[in-house]
Amino acid sequence: MIGHRGRSARAVDRRGVLAGAAGTALAIALRPAAAATALPRTETTESAIRRFAGDNPIRPGRVTLDLPPLVENGNTVPLSVSVESAMTPEDHVRRIGVFNEKNPQPNVITIHLRPGAGHAQVATRIRLADTQRITAIAEMSDGTYWSASADAIVTLAACLEG
Amino acid sequence: MARTLINVPKTAKPGDTITIKTLISHPMETGFRPGTDGRILPRSIVTEFICRFEDEEIFRAELFPASAANPYLTFTWVATRSGRFSFTWRGDGGFDQTESATITVA
Repeated sequence: MIGHRGRSARAVDRRGVLAGAAGTALAIALRPAAAATALPRTETTESAIRRFAGDNPIRPGRVTLDLPPLVENGNTVPLSVSVESAMTPEDHVRRIGVFNEKNPQPNVITIHLRPGAGHAQVATRIRLADTQRITAIAEMSDGTYWSASADAIVTLAACLEG
Repeated sequence: MARTLINVPKTAKPGDTITIKTLISHPMETGFRPGTDGRILPRSIVTEFICRFEDEEIFRAELFPASAANPYLTFTWVATRSGRFSFTWRGDGGFDQTESATITVA
């Protein structure tokens, strides 16, 4: 502790406390900047989503995205996506794309489904490099796109540590 | 050969929705991570997973470095007849592995 240098705990004076507080504030201020420079992105999330959905409108709804809101270890994060659909030949989910905001690459996973699957429901485990929002987009057989998003706070980031 | 875990019910009634769970041991090296010498380790990931039932593709996933190590996937399928599921993983460095599982529907 900076504030305790050369003093007993009882003799902590005003200056010491302030120095300690300033040190903590500096550490907090530096952390997001360091994380941002460590991860140059290959492509923006928007362009990855446009590659997936083209210029079609993406509406919120029909998709459920489950992700723990507080992630202790970003190296393995359970993720499950389900889409309301009967999965019949006439009405089914063709693809589900999952996208991140702050990993080095915006794609997380792309799933191709067939009618006869019973449910449009998939679970996997992913990596999160930082606290961020995850978006899942479903392409239906009628050509409409639906989406859902979920936020995750990450305490130990993937990718950075060995 | 990488180790795999595949969970398909051995039997089902016609029309049952079954859950298929698969896992393969693979480091999924992202290509963004420095090694012990400070240089970036080359990417080595599984890029594609395909599940077929009797040669008909029923499920496919494109994987990216954002998949966790030992990629795990669960999905569903409606059992209509007995047959064989095959599971293929392909990836960097010519990675290609296929496993199978059978189901009896009656």
